[in-house]
Amino acid sequence: MSALAIDVHGLCKKFGTRQVVSGLDLQVPEGEICGFLGGNGSGKTTTIRMLCGLLKPDAGGGTCLGLDVITQSAEIRLQVGYMTQRFSFYGELTVEENLDFVARLYQLPNRTKVVADTMERMELANRADQFARDLSGGWKQRMALAACVMHRPKLLLLDEPTAGVDAKARREFWDLINDMAADGMTVLVSTHYMDEAERCKRVVYLSGGKLIVQGTAEDVVRDAKLIVFELTGDGIDKISKKLRGTPGVESATIFGQALRVVGLDRAALEGSIGAQGKQPGIVTEEVPARLDDVFIHFLHDRKVA
Amino acid sequence: MKGFSFRRFLAVLHKETLEMRRDKATIGLTVMLPLIQLFLFGYALNANPRHLPTGVLAAEESRYTRDLEAALNNTGYFDLRRFTSEQQADNALKRGEVLFVVNIPPGFTRDVDTGQHPSILMDADATDPTAIAQASAAVNALNGTAFQRDLPVALQNLAMSVPFQVMVHARYNPEAITALNVVPALIGVILSFSTVVITALSMTREREAGTMENLLSMPVRPLEVMMGKIMPYVGLGYVQVFLILAVAVAVFGVPVHGSIPLLLAVLGLFIACNLALGFTFSTIARTQMQAQQMAQFVLLPSMMLSGFIYPFAGMPLWARVIGEMLPLTHIIRICRGILLKGNGFADIAADVWPMAVFAAIATGVAVYSYRETLD
Repeated sequence: MSALAIDVHGLCKKFGTRQVVSGLDLQVPEGEICGFLGGNGSGKTTTIRMLCGLLKPDAGGGTCLGLDVITQSAEIRLQVGYMTQRFSFYGELTVEENLDFVARLYQLPNRTKVVADTMERMELANRADQFARDLSGGWKQRMALAACVMHRPKLLLLDEPTAGVDAKARREFWDLINDMAADGMTVLVSTHYMDEAERCKRVVYLSGGKLIVQGTAEDVVRDAKLIVFELTGDGIDKISKKLRGTPGVESATIFGQALRVVGLDRAALEGSIGAQGKQPGIVTEEVPARLDDVFIHFLHDRKVA
Repeated sequence: MKGFSFRRFLAVLHKETLEMRRDKATIGLTVMLPLIQLFLFGYALNANPRHLPTGVLAAEESRYTRDLEAALNNTGYFDLRRFTSEQQADNALKRGEVLFVVNIPPGFTRDVDTGQHPSILMDADATDPTAIAQASAAVNALNGTAFQRDLPVALQNLAMSVPFQVMVHARYNPEAITALNVVPALIGVILSFSTVVITALSMTREREAGTMENLLSMPVRPLEVMMGKIMPYVGLGYVQVFLILAVAVAVFGVPVHGSIPLLLAVLGLFIACNLALGFTFSTIARTQMQAQQMAQFVLLPSMMLSGFIYPFAGMPLWARVIGEMLPLTHIIRICRGILLKGNGFADIAADVWPMAVFAAIATGVAVYSYRETLD
């Protein structure tokens, strides 16, 4: 295994009486794109903030790029690029002025050239003189990404970078992230989108401030040992309603043309689907589990527990 | 959607009330601020000040000088102290340590005894005409009775005559023009208002816009942020200074007896005080609204207790102690001193160091309370 870009243990953080993160262990090898997943309020943002020194953990610790997250947060900041969830640049400054400001804070040599190159690479060049407040959502995110990679950080922390951005901009954004990872940058990116999670080599799933699972996407899917049946044909909406809550069925959800029925207990699952699946015009087949099945399964597990 | 809907109006009213009620800090300040100000200003302010510091320069000691001192004391307007040289008395007046100097001339006793009605010269610091108005009037009322017991029998019977005269010499502002008192002080007042409020908003604005989180995640130190944010406003402050000075001289006829470079240098220190204070508010306050209220919390007492509106000497000791802690108090004395009295650095040094201490403490607090994390 290669060296770890992030290696923290037992991270805890409490806001008032609310335990937002409890006992989180997280390991991310260098050079990988790690998808940071979990529902709203599962502690993703808080964890990211602890990693880059914006919040002090109540307990636990570890290293980020080999530097102690508690005592060396100033050094960590120099080598980490953090893109906040909310756009946090200066609306009254132009794209170029914003980037120039950031470049000066990092004291980058050949500043003007670095800024110009970054804008070129991010295709921001023809918007250099536009005020940041006038950019559309997708361009704002692009500018924010440009600002946090300009100093060539070894680790990129992206907090829901594509929330509220259209599909095309999302795709382009991910192409940029992939390119950077190819250059050796480690990326931790939180997201709600499953298609984005599947682009990550590694996924970490958080729920209620606790780590539920981490590993490569394949490992996570395999280890969950989920059985998935896909039903297609007319009337699957009615079938899905009937199947919910029957023995062995954890979830029965329609995606497009197909009803995915997920469970752990093959016998019970087959029993429940039984007659429903044999209706005329309905085709039932077993399919491999996907990452989103796994996450819904974990959510289901927690509710049962 | 047409016309005025009472229900929609109530909906907005309700929502605003909910928001207001949840902003505890604002409620606290709205309740506390008027109370504090009422008590503070109600007890502290006095347009008819008594116990004004007064120096006595006596060329001779006699029963008459003792009588005169007793009589001045009895008016309640003067707190006397003795000076031994003219130089000492002059400096004290110049530096605002005393508001009056009573000069008892040589041969005073003899002249009284021989019925020559000698004159006593009373130098008054007229930079603040209100402060000395009542006291000057009281002096003129006392000369008929002061020496009654000690006068030679022959003179006691001359009821119509007065044994001596008091000439009040209004220094620095002989015509008692209020504008000459107010305008130099306004330099400080206007600067306070513009600089404290603007900087008080500077960090809270970043926090509300969300740019704070980003700033914190980048390698920049608190002092760098503070200095960088403050400096442009120092420039803005100086623009104001030049404007006010130009109008003060050209329109209000304020004289310039002292050194303008000295004034500008000291004003720099004063601006630094205000900006550091504003920045401190900015780091403590959570919202721009709170920051503004905090600024007001200092600005109003500054106006009232600095000697800008009401004579400083007329306030009770506790209020003067508070006043001495405010930079505005010192800069007002300095502005009046340099412009009207021609004060040099030695004369204003006593007002410069408290501002330097204030600036240092405020900067310290600001840097200390600047949070490098979001905790």
